[in-house]
Amino acid sequence: MRGAASLFPAILVLLLTALSQAQGTQSPTAPLSLISREGRRAIPTTVANGREFVALDDVASIFQISFREDTLAGGLTVTYKGRTIVVSTNQPLASVSGRAVSLSTPAARTGNRWSVPIDFFSSALSLIYDGRIELRRASRLLIVGDLRVPRVTVRIDSAGPPTRATIEIAPATRTSVVTEPGRLVIRLEADALEATVPRDGAGLIDQFRVGEEPTTVTIALADRAGPARAVPVEIDGMTRFQIDVASQVPTAETAAPTSAPVEALPPPVEVRSVLGTIVIDPGHGGEDVGVRGRNGSEEKALTLAVAQRVKALIESRLGIRVILTRDGDRGVGLDERAATANNNKAGLFLSLHLNASPVATSAGVEVVHSRVDRGGGDRGAPEDDTVVLPVFGGTTRAVDLIRWDLAQARHADTSAAFAEILAEHLRERVKMGARPRRDLPLRVLTSVNMPAVLVEMAYLSNADQEKLAQSDAYQVSVAQSILDAVLQFRTYLEGREGR
Amino acid sequence: MTKRRVALMVAAVLVLVLAAWAVNRVLTRLAGVGPETDPVIVETSAPPTAVRHINATLFSVSANGESLVPYQQEVVLAEGIVPQGREILSAQLERPTPPRVSVIPEGTTLRAFYVTDSGDAFVDLSTEVSSRHSGGSSAELLTVYAVVNAVTANLPTIHRVQILIDGREADTLAGHIDLRSPLERDVSIVSKP
Repeated sequence: MRGAASLFPAILVLLLTALSQAQGTQSPTAPLSLISREGRRAIPTTVANGREFVALDDVASIFQISFREDTLAGGLTVTYKGRTIVVSTNQPLASVSGRAVSLSTPAARTGNRWSVPIDFFSSALSLIYDGRIELRRASRLLIVGDLRVPRVTVRIDSAGPPTRATIEIAPATRTSVVTEPGRLVIRLEADALEATVPRDGAGLIDQFRVGEEPTTVTIALADRAGPARAVPVEIDGMTRFQIDVASQVPTAETAAPTSAPVEALPPPVEVRSVLGTIVIDPGHGGEDVGVRGRNGSEEKALTLAVAQRVKALIESRLGIRVILTRDGDRGVGLDERAATANNNKAGLFLSLHLNASPVATSAGVEVVHSRVDRGGGDRGAPEDDTVVLPVFGGTTRAVDLIRWDLAQARHADTSAAFAEILAEHLRERVKMGARPRRDLPLRVLTSVNMPAVLVEMAYLSNADQEKLAQSDAYQVSVAQSILDAVLQFRTYLEGREGR
Repeated sequence: MTKRRVALMVAAVLVLVLAAWAVNRVLTRLAGVGPETDPVIVETSAPPTAVRHINATLFSVSANGESLVPYQQEVVLAEGIVPQGREILSAQLERPTPPRVSVIPEGTTLRAFYVTDSGDAFVDLSTEVSSRHSGGSSAELLTVYAVVNAVTANLPTIHRVQILIDGREADTLAGHIDLRSPLERDVSIVSKP
């Protein structure tokens, strides 16, 4: 026993060492894609201490470089066509033809292999390289040579029908559109594409496929899709396509005796960003656990899980920026949550919660918007003021002043409209409560200067509902309903602005 | 000379005895014991005074948990609106007789109740109303309006009620319902018994 006890600290140290090493070096989620005249190839990378590295062995032949350790220079010497770069091994620096260049981290040695941070190529090697080297971190692309690699962003504006989508290509690129049975194909005059595309289609669009042929975007249409149109417009240095897909025209066999007129495609309009940013507020957090479920689940954890799902879904499907009021388990004040939304000039605020009741059988989802006028005397209708303030340069600027505790009052109607839309979409997928939509004097919404609602997603005081709220399927259903509601709400706002 | 010395010694002893008595008395009083406390006269033979009651409307949760249900309960008749308000609220904070279910967190007590000249009432509750609350906007709504409606339903001159927690204004009980200003009676969440 004593021997085992004396071994315990040693085993613990070994375990901790193994853990720390495991955390120190790990593989990134996807390899780096190198695009050159020769085509596209994957470059393996490693992550150490949060920094991503490329082994020089793996890319030496591609870039025609040689390298050696230079103890006199205190680093690693990389040579390209007689030109040299000295990369420091203890400081995040490189000397390129005598010029100091900052890197994200020093070069590192693992066994017999030397690795450099991935920004080495765009920050240092590009200065002596014959062609252009560009690193696009977000899309994990390393572009070598003078290639045209436009960014293509696809988003669905309205599931319809008619279904409407927007494809933005930056910088502006020459394109051609081919209409084929069951699909539209947009060909781009480019060498490669950097694409952000929704995973699934919506309405009459089954799917978007990028790179089916090297530089094409294919819009696969649903079986019930009718006429489809893709209209390009050049605007702000980018090419923007508006895609409109109408329903199928009824055939003689299927048409009703008094058949409706053929659905016409709406005229193409420029889609303005009426809903550029959405703030999702996972309720509670930190010491404020919120409701504790009968089987131990905590409201704060479930609200965060759903909020993260909603963020991923909206950003990938609609291309709208989503900000969370908290992205971890920390306490956030109610005013701080409102301030996050107000300071980011969000177009919509959605607070996620889970409910509780003294009665164990209470169940269902409730959508709540703010009850603004509740006879509070001095807290009645908002009275805004405008003040003129001097600004730098000797001019002045008019600034609207809105009472902090009355900010929501001016958005009461729009908030109610979104609550109605959201309740409708939730009803399609999940059980609604006895009062699916209601207005209450909610503290977190009063200071939010934009349309805002709170969703009670289930009753944690009900054991069955608690189990449901913890399931992936239920969380996805709620998130999908929110996505659909946001899509419809954007159309609602666009229609209102157009009037 | 000897007589004078003796007289002085006697006087000194007397002064010391008096001082000791005085110190002892003060200490005894500070300790709160001793026979000096006035006796309490209890008239055991007097007939008991008849306590008058009123029928007050109080609130519990409905069977489906969605709303408040009113019920009648006798509470002591008090002189004046503030003492009467205290009696009504104390009854509302107590556990109701089963099968009625309370919407007030267990352990919640009334710290104070007062009414302003403008007819707003302030109900000061102990911290348990917040610290022991289950959370959730529905449960919180029922708790808040059980208190607000209990006051406004039984004291017609009071139109608005503000809830304080532990003597201070509070944002919410559990993160949802705004308590920063007085609330009016809300009958929309009251269902028939």
